[in-house]
Amino acid sequence: MSERATPVTPRTEADSSAAETERERERERNPEAAADVSTEPSSNTDASTKPVTTGAESVIRALETAGAEYVFGVQGGAIMPVYDALYDSEIRHVTMAHEQGASHAADAYGIVSGDPGVCFATSGPGATNLVTGIADADMDSDPMIALTGQVPTRMVGNDAFQETDTTGVTKPITKANTFSSDPDRVGDDVGEAFALAGAGRPGPTLVDLPKDVTLGDTSTEPGQPRTPDTYEVQEHADPETVRLAARRIEQSTKPVLLLGGGVIKGSATEAVRAFAVEHEIPVVTTMPGLGAFPEDHELAMEMAGMHGTGYANMAITHCDTLIGVGTRFDDRLTGGIEHFAPDAEVIHVDIDPAEISKNIHAEYPLVGDAETVIEQLADEVTESPRATKWRAQCQQWKSEYSMAYRTPEDEPVQPPFVVEALDEATSDRAIVTTGVGQHQMWACQYWTFTEPRTWVSSHGLGTMGYGLPAAVGARLAAEDDQEVVCFEGDGSFLMTIQELAVAVRENLNITVVVLNNEYIGMVRQWQDAFFEGRHAASEYNWCPEFDTLAEAFGAKGFRIDDYDEVADTVEAALAYDGPSVIDAHIDPRANVYPMVPSGGDNGRFALSEDQL
Amino acid sequence: MTDRRGLEGPAPGERPAPAGKRNELGIRVDPEVEAARPPRRTVISALVEHEPGVLSDVSGLFSRRQFNIESLTVGPTEDEAHARMTIVVEEPDPGIEQAKKQLRKLIPVIAVRELEPDAMRRELALVKVNATRPDRVAAVAEMYGGKTVDASPETATIEITGSRQKIDAAIDSFSQFGIREISRTGTTAMARGTDDTAAEQTKAQPADQRHTVPADDD
Repeated sequence: MSERATPVTPRTEADSSAAETERERERERNPEAAADVSTEPSSNTDASTKPVTTGAESVIRALETAGAEYVFGVQGGAIMPVYDALYDSEIRHVTMAHEQGASHAADAYGIVSGDPGVCFATSGPGATNLVTGIADADMDSDPMIALTGQVPTRMVGNDAFQETDTTGVTKPITKANTFSSDPDRVGDDVGEAFALAGAGRPGPTLVDLPKDVTLGDTSTEPGQPRTPDTYEVQEHADPETVRLAARRIEQSTKPVLLLGGGVIKGSATEAVRAFAVEHEIPVVTTMPGLGAFPEDHELAMEMAGMHGTGYANMAITHCDTLIGVGTRFDDRLTGGIEHFAPDAEVIHVDIDPAEISKNIHAEYPLVGDAETVIEQLADEVTESPRATKWRAQCQQWKSEYSMAYRTPEDEPVQPPFVVEALDEATSDRAIVTTGVGQHQMWACQYWTFTEPRTWVSSHGLGTMGYGLPAAVGARLAAEDDQEVVCFEGDGSFLMTIQELAVAVRENLNITVVVLNNEYIGMVRQWQDAFFEGRHAASEYNWCPEFDTLAEAFGAKGFRIDDYDEVADTVEAALAYDGPSVIDAHIDPRANVYPMVPSGGDNGRFALSEDQL
Repeated sequence: MTDRRGLEGPAPGERPAPAGKRNELGIRVDPEVEAARPPRRTVISALVEHEPGVLSDVSGLFSRRQFNIESLTVGPTEDEAHARMTIVVEEPDPGIEQAKKQLRKLIPVIAVRELEPDAMRRELALVKVNATRPDRVAAVAEMYGGKTVDASPETATIEITGSRQKIDAAIDSFSQFGIREISRTGTTAMARGTDDTAAEQTKAQPADQRHTVPADDD
């Protein structure tokens, strides 16, 4: 069995801490070359000492220098030289079944680890298959780098076999992309793309690699990854505006902290939690912000927006001061903006100046790194808002608009029950990945998130099929003791189900839960509400039996039809050492509430269909 | 499927409603007096890396974000590594701010600045007219400081440089002869005096990073 075919093993805590100490020691010895140290004790030193001879080797060297541990990809004609160079590297490659799977796995790896995930694809169809995953990472500001093969430079523009204008196609969905044209520069192009993916507001970057460039001779060693000179990031917010924002917070009687995905990406979770607790400010999150604040805390109002909790939406609608951190005020969060926090002055903390006043006007624009700016604010706010009445009101809303649901025994299983069963059976640090649809919303609503980087989903793009490949990437980025649970819907699961073969090959310990209602349920819910119940193309009773299909892939299959099967099945699936699939047949009539219709007023969320 | 499935709690009509409102730009307004924000035309100058693909980066950005663009010109500068783009946009204020910020985010863009109203703005046009009355054509050309760059028995082509308004007026006058073709460059512009148009040192703080007085000053 060749080295290629051996399953990759997830990083263990011991490994990573050993690598940490190794890195620290190296930093003391040689601060210049600290980043050159591979992240794991290397058994084969040849890889890191052999001089570069080709563009492809320079590409791999750049990834090693940047500290990449995994690459997710699919082989192909134009990318072959890069794979050939990867063959001798310590970087571990995970062959995915489809390039879309590679892009989502890399994306999830980036979300969980905080370091850019890497994916490879060949030219033409390989590159176009990455597009959905790149667009997804772009919408969610996830750090990711895509390296695509390209036909040789002399053939570019001739409509050659498997030629696509990849930089042209991906221009609108990348933070930056480059067509690499020089074997001497290609390593630095990759290093720059890597640096850009993780710097400032993260995002996906792409380097297109023509075959003559990767095959070309070079002895140029790529340097440390660095962002181009034209790229500037502002760390500290304007002190005067911070001072004014602090005064506003002190005078506020109905403050709300709104935490977006930027809090987690900016590693500002601790700073934000301390600030909220010290000044007793109720906390609402966006969907990407799940995990930024513990949802079992008294101050937690949980997620706001279209399917947010009633109490979160009441708090946002009625607050007088809204402190938004790392959020872009997406339309699913705001509903119709004329009714969004209409009595509130807005303090907006964001690292990207373009997000300030893009959708919601900010009276107090604070451009900078989330953690830095929250610390600036914490230093400046000297007295807490007088908000006792407001907090009592928030608690009242929490009981008034409770998320409690009914579970009549004579009816099919209600989906929240399955979500809660998995939540209870796993640790606080368990990672949840999802596809997109009703199942995703139930996971948001009924899983109690307490830790950052434990929620891995497709928010801005809403990519059905995201969950399973994301679980592959998340599993490899996670610590050994973190369970990985993937919620999927029947329609969503079917879109990337081939990646189950990868999970089996790598023996990845993930538990897939299909909340199966034999519909693309979110569409069906809208058809019931707005299209007179005409179920055009939303009935999925033609789906396969997922438990049987899982077994065909070599995974472990389970099925749930009744409440009394839930606990035992969940326990058995979690205990199984490898990928397992629970086909949970839920109430096909179950819908997601609360719901704010598109462009509606958050404060007038519907609690049932007759209120829409 | 209209059986009562859902959650408990007061219905929408039974809930307190907030007093305020925002306009379509996300700015809090007094519901009594909702002032419309008219678009205005302005010139944005961008200093960019002189490399292939930058023009498509910028034009793609403007079309993708639906910024209303009047013209875009680009050419080399005193530094051969840099090029200058001059973009005329017509948008309400928040749209102009957003265009500048999105432009600044592009990696090859070095500096972005919106020019003052007094900046020098020039455009060049070539106007090909029927030359049945060459003396009259020459007179109109002279009136607008234009010069004839090509003449044939049937046609005359005049080159005119100046502000947009001046060129519009010239074209208007030439139309009496019958215009065969027009080609215009779009506006290029520069700040006056020692004021930098958009240079690497341009580090002016964007207007929207400063506190603004809220709509209702409480």
